[in-house]
Amino acid sequence: MPLHEWPKRNDGQEHDLEHRSGYPFGFMDEGAKKEIRRAILKAVAIPGYQVPYGSREMPIARGWGTGGLQITLALIQPDDILKVIDQGCDGSVNAVNIKKFVAKVAGVTVTTDTAAATIIQTRHRIPEEHMTDQQILVLQVPYPEALREVEPSEVETRRMHAEADYSRMWLYLYEDIVHYGEITISYRYPVTVNGRYITDPSPIPRWDVPKLHMADTLFLFGAGREKRIYAIPPHTTVVPLEFEDHPFRTENFTGKSCARCGATESFLDEVIDNTEGVRSFFCSDSGYCDKRREQCSR
Amino acid sequence: MITVENLTKTFTLHILGDKKIEACRDVSFRVPPAGFLGLAGPSGAGKSTVLKCMYRTYLAGSGAIRYQSATHGMVDLATLPDQAVIDIRHREMGYVSQFLKVIPRVSALNVVMEPIVSRNGVTRAVARKRATSLLERLRIPAHLFDAYPATFSGGEQQRVNIARAVSWQPRLLLLDEPTASLDQDSVGIVLDILKELRQEGTTMIGIFHDAMLLQSVTDSVYHIG
Amino acid sequence: MQPLIRIRGLTKRFGSGCDRCLAATGPEHDTNLCPHCGSVLACNDLSFDLFPGEALGVVGESGSGKSTLVRLLHFEWEASAGSMDVHRSAAGSHLLAEMFPENGDYSRNLLLLSHFQRRQMRNALMGIVYQNPHLGLRMGVSSGGNIAERLLGAGWRNIAKMRQRAAELLEKTEIPIQRMDEPPANFSGGMQQRVQIAKALSNNPMILFLDEVTTGLDLSVQARVLDLIRNLRSEFNLSMLVVSHDLGVINLLCQRTMVMKAGHIVEDGLTDQILQDPQHRYTQLLVASQL
Ligand SMILES: Nc1ncnc2c1ncn2[C@@H]1O[C@H](COP(=O)(O)OP(=O)(O)O)[C@@H](O)[C@H]1O
Ligand SMILES: Nc1ncnc2c1ncn2[C@@H]1O[C@H](COP(=O)(O)OP(=O)(O)O)[C@@H](O)[C@H]1O
Ligand SMILES: [Mg+2]
Ligand SMILES: [Mg+2]
Ligand SMILES: [Zn+2]
Repeated sequence: MPLHEWPKRNDGQEHDLEHRSGYPFGFMDEGAKKEIRRAILKAVAIPGYQVPYGSREMPIARGWGTGGLQITLALIQPDDILKVIDQGCDGSVNAVNIKKFVAKVAGVTVTTDTAAATIIQTRHRIPEEHMTDQQILVLQVPYPEALREVEPSEVETRRMHAEADYSRMWLYLYEDIVHYGEITISYRYPVTVNGRYITDPSPIPRWDVPKLHMADTLFLFGAGREKRIYAIPPHTTVVPLEFEDHPFRTENFTGKSCARCGATESFLDEVIDNTEGVRSFFCSDSGYCDKRREQCSR
Repeated sequence: MITVENLTKTFTLHILGDKKIEACRDVSFRVPPAGFLGLAGPSGAGKSTVLKCMYRTYLAGSGAIRYQSATHGMVDLATLPDQAVIDIRHREMGYVSQFLKVIPRVSALNVVMEPIVSRNGVTRAVARKRATSLLERLRIPAHLFDAYPATFSGGEQQRVNIARAVSWQPRLLLLDEPTASLDQDSVGIVLDILKELRQEGTTMIGIFHDAMLLQSVTDSVYHIG
Repeated sequence: MQPLIRIRGLTKRFGSGCDRCLAATGPEHDTNLCPHCGSVLACNDLSFDLFPGEALGVVGESGSGKSTLVRLLHFEWEASAGSMDVHRSAAGSHLLAEMFPENGDYSRNLLLLSHFQRRQMRNALMGIVYQNPHLGLRMGVSSGGNIAERLLGAGWRNIAKMRQRAAELLEKTEIPIQRMDEPPANFSGGMQQRVQIAKALSNNPMILFLDEVTTGLDLSVQARVLDLIRNLRSEFNLSMLVVSHDLGVINLLCQRTMVMKAGHIVEDGLTDQILQDPQHRYTQLLVASQL
């Protein structure tokens, strides 16, 4: 049945949802959910370790967030409140589509308020607002293997992880510094999770990397195309790869602020006005920006 | 100091249909500390073979080569494990033949200095001084000190060879015709140096081409064959 | 003096093996290939000791098992049988103490350690130089980076210190320091071997494996590499396993030599004895054909 004909959650007949749509609650059957939940449990038990799982067909194309979507659908409960963002933005087409879809098949409430959400599915950003231990952040991951840059073979990268044989990853950073004077990685900055596995934090900017360290929130990473799930549990060390004399640095926005809300402590997107060529900056996190504007206008 | 008992050595040449060559048979002699024994006998009698068996360049066939080592006690050089032989070669036992066998691309001065530095535990400066005075005494022209001995004349090579062998004052020195290619004056200098070495306490066993020479430097002679 | 490492019964078989492998292969059969099951016994029941500070030569014709031996000892290949014990006095002995807390002069069999532990042991104890520089170097990575890789593996995390160490080693191996950030792909064969040597020495190894390091180089270049190895050996007090089919190389570097044939050690002894009084038929042939 077409999505718009699916029953709404608050019609007081939750069990009827499945019956009337022909699909189980949360779209996936219980078997699939169980497998994904087991993968998640294993991922949480071994922070940073990539757990293989049998990625399902989703009604969106692989590469458009199916990994994150499967995690969200496997976890979601009727009373969850969902937020979906794409590069910080609640309003992007992809974010909206995923949000609509999950809201329909699970009948949950949606929000753009980071603080109000219980599950946030995101692509390439971590919200600016502090998240709590009552929340889960589900990150969509295009390339889960942090070592892929230095080693094309999956068999070999698995061996490298197993033996903590990471000198080649470090060598990559060494060469970067030798040739460019600094580490040039801006997204997907490799991190060591729990002192053990080198892990890809997904294509978040360096700005977001410190938010992963000793956080209150559970971070779950899903790569649908590559069929991998991994996790950074709450209160886990997450240390970006760095050298004593070349420490990790986040993007520097000193002297810049959001043209909409005036924020000076958020990750800013640069926008160049086509007609006048004027450069201005806006918060990448649209929910954060909106909230600040509301607070200011009050 | 050293006692050889019934030393016999037979070569088996497998690639010549297991042909056997008896190089020496039942050689027995004794050398006291600081003694100098000469080995005499016709060419092919097995004189060189005896020295090489003592140095382990050849494996003794049967018999014993008892040596009172300063660091290993009484040992049989015929059966001593390789590692201990290496150690005795390093600390106590020198060997010099008529053929120069030095490391390529090392200067004459360094050829002579190297054993002094590695065995006598002295500074490079002290070693250099000792090596220089030995080379001067053996009348190697000073401009050759930094040249490679491979390019030297036969007599010059031989004198560098001797300088290297005596430089570190080994406790036991095996000499296989060390003066064969030397002129009369050089022979005299070498003999003086050997005499001094004996006074310092080195025990020697030597083969000399010249019977007169043999008589003059050794204090006893063992005839082979 | 106690050996630095003790090898006992080291065996590498390619193939399933059968009860007749042992009887049907070896020097007396002139083959390492079992005619009954088709397995290759590349190394068969090798036992020997490597002493501190010594250079032990391994000679033998092509296919006799020399490189296999090196790869087993360097933990690149899994042995089919045998043991490798290292003396506790070896550098990195804190690692040994961690892995083998019980008493005794020697570790237990290193070949039974996990991959992870063997990697640690290798990083702490060993260096290797291959005949083919492509095996030992990343040709696209800077020469300094090649050296840094080993340091990074040993936990170094300071770029300036690593570059200083790399510069020192390149200087010792006679590579102009201003070429440190160039990849070895730009270098001549002899220079590549010297970068390999610098890399192998970067972690101050106790044991250096040299597998035909001068084979294929021009004579004058060979001489330079050999001189370098000779000097470094005394400077670093290295124990070396020097593999070569060239008796001249062995004669120059090694006091003691083992002769391999069809996966077996047919003879071992002082190098001058091996050359002047070879005992085994095969060694006599080898010496006669080379000198
Ligand atoms: N390495 C060897 N292989 C085969 N035969 C040898 C070897 N060395 C010496 N011989 C043989 O042993 C015999 C004694 O030789 P050698 O000891 O050199 O005699 P000497 O020094 O008295 O002239 C000779 O017949 C010689 O050919
Ligand atoms: N991966 C392999 N599979 C099967 N046989 C191998 C393999 N690697 C080496 N061998 C065989 O093992 C033997 C010893 O080879 P190697 O150790 O390379 O000899 P060397 O270095 O002395 O030339 C050879 O017969 C070779 O063909
Ligand atoms: Mg002779
Ligand atoms: Mg080989
Ligand atoms: Zn803003």
